[in-house]
Amino acid sequence: MSNAQLEIQVIASLVAIACAIPGTFLVLRKMAMISDAISHSILPGIVIGFFITHDLNSPLLILLAALTGIITVVLVEYIQKTGLVKEDTAIGLVFPALFSIGVILIAKNANDVHLDVDAVLLGELAFAPFDRLIIGGTDVGPKSLWVVGTILLVTVALLFTFYKELKVSTFDKGLAASLGFSPAIIHYGLMSVSSVTTVGAFDAVGAILVVALMIAPAASAYLITKDLKKMLILAITFGVFSAIFGYWVAHWLDASISGSITTILGLVFLAVYLFAPEKGIIAVLYREKQQRTEVSLLTFLLHLKNHDDLSERHVKHLNEHINWQKVRSKTVLDLAQKNNMITIKNNIVSLTQKGDEFTSKAIDYIITNEDAQIEDMKDDFFLFRG
Amino acid sequence: MKQEIAVKVDDLTVAYNYKPVLWDIDLEIPEGVLMAIVGPNGAGKSTLIKAILGILKPIAGSISIYGKPYEDQRKLVAYVPQKGSVDWDFPTTALDVVMMGTYGSLGWIKRPGQKQKKAALEALEKVGMLPFKNRQISQLSGGQQQRIFLARALVQDASIYFMDEPFQGVDASTEIAIINILKALRKAGKTVIVVHHDLQTVPEYFDWVTFLNVKKIATGPVKDIFNDDNLTKTYGINYKVSIQE
Repeated sequence: MSNAQLEIQVIASLVAIACAIPGTFLVLRKMAMISDAISHSILPGIVIGFFITHDLNSPLLILLAALTGIITVVLVEYIQKTGLVKEDTAIGLVFPALFSIGVILIAKNANDVHLDVDAVLLGELAFAPFDRLIIGGTDVGPKSLWVVGTILLVTVALLFTFYKELKVSTFDKGLAASLGFSPAIIHYGLMSVSSVTTVGAFDAVGAILVVALMIAPAASAYLITKDLKKMLILAITFGVFSAIFGYWVAHWLDASISGSITTILGLVFLAVYLFAPEKGIIAVLYREKQQRTEVSLLTFLLHLKNHDDLSERHVKHLNEHINWQKVRSKTVLDLAQKNNMITIKNNIVSLTQKGDEFTSKAIDYIITNEDAQIEDMKDDFFLFRG
Repeated sequence: MKQEIAVKVDDLTVAYNYKPVLWDIDLEIPEGVLMAIVGPNGAGKSTLIKAILGILKPIAGSISIYGKPYEDQRKLVAYVPQKGSVDWDFPTTALDVVMMGTYGSLGWIKRPGQKQKKAALEALEKVGMLPFKNRQISQLSGGQQQRIFLARALVQDASIYFMDEPFQGVDASTEIAIINILKALRKAGKTVIVVHHDLQTVPEYFDWVTFLNVKKIATGPVKDIFNDDNLTKTYGINYKVSIQE
């Protein structure tokens, strides 16, 4: 692995971390589309900044672009506040307008500047190692590494300092306001960080793909964990994994790095969507199947509880009377036996004491919806997990 | 002995897009009452609470908590928003939500520690939710979620409690648990202000009541002013006569 390859992977990973942090809060605030708006509408800021500084990594350019990001948010909120259109419409109105101004600015000045629409939309990570930062004659690494590194450092510092405030205002804006943590300040703080991060990541992955780095890792993490800190860590892990793995996929396929990273992000989400332990599709399907069986089990136990005569308790009777298919009656019988709820002697089914207690408790719960007494049953049965 | 005034609202007007939702409200809430705010939908009940707590900016009027502006008295006030105002899928636990009640006394930047955790656990105990402390909040029932919100207010250890429809969507046992806690708060000398919907339970639960419908209709002790006259003025119909036998 060459030095340039290593540098690209480090830059991509830092970008992924810097994006995953604000991205987590955007997802939780249901503002994912705002990141899309910001990533596009900062274009005029970048172009104007580029005309002035002729350097995509200049701090002035980053600040100008971030300012355009904030203007986007303000405009969207202003249009939305009129009550004439909803938020998604407001976003759809604002960002193409600002983006197109950027496109026209580039087109009008394309001859003079080295900045083309392709690079803006898709980024060009492969060239990042060529633009070096030289201090006092010494090469200290690629410029974008320093830019992204600085942005990440600030983001992490802000996250650690204002974690509590971010959490409470994201969860409960009203409480945050009443406690004196101005939701507006935190909101615009988050928007500023998102804008700056977007500009920093822009150079590496471009306007379209930066959205994927913000949203996909956070959305994947959201499906797995129920803890905000773990969600942040998981989002960062997914982001970095996709960045590095995506780089190598691009290397093997000789394809666009940003395209490959985003593809991996999508695949990571797909995998989580399918296999997440609780919210994943497979887990949900399994749970639904189990619940159906458990309802059958309960129906069966209740039947046993209500009927004493032998004819009602014959194994065959299950098929005839409760009218289940053979397969299901076998599943239910097995489940009941496995849990020591019934005994079968000469094809006559009897409720054990445990089965009897279980049935009473379960029926009690279904009638009263009081779930204190069935706490210990929740571990074994999906039915009681609400 | 003259009762101290806990909350004083003067000439308060609040508008959404220039349409007044609250119109020239004057209100004095004495210390130590358990007060219901009643009125029809859209009467501005939640808005009144939000304006007092500085969440909404009024276009006119002033508010004082024990004689000083709200901003100086935040630590004396606890707030329970409507349960539906937050996303219960948020990745956090019951204990963590209750801990949020301590953030106000911590102020900016400072982090909660053992002391705050202990206070939160005590509050969970009071509302009977200690066994659920590590439960993810989406896996709590509606009544349990409301108890968590109440615990979060208790942990603020305030003098005045504002609650926005704490009985909405809870089962009977939670309603009883909540009202008993509210009554205990009043007994401890706290002032409790509750947006309330169920007129039937007003005389049983509360000792003070405010009738609100954009304007203030009446405010005072339940036994003096909770009558057909004020109900009719507030709801526009005589609700007792209107219910057919």
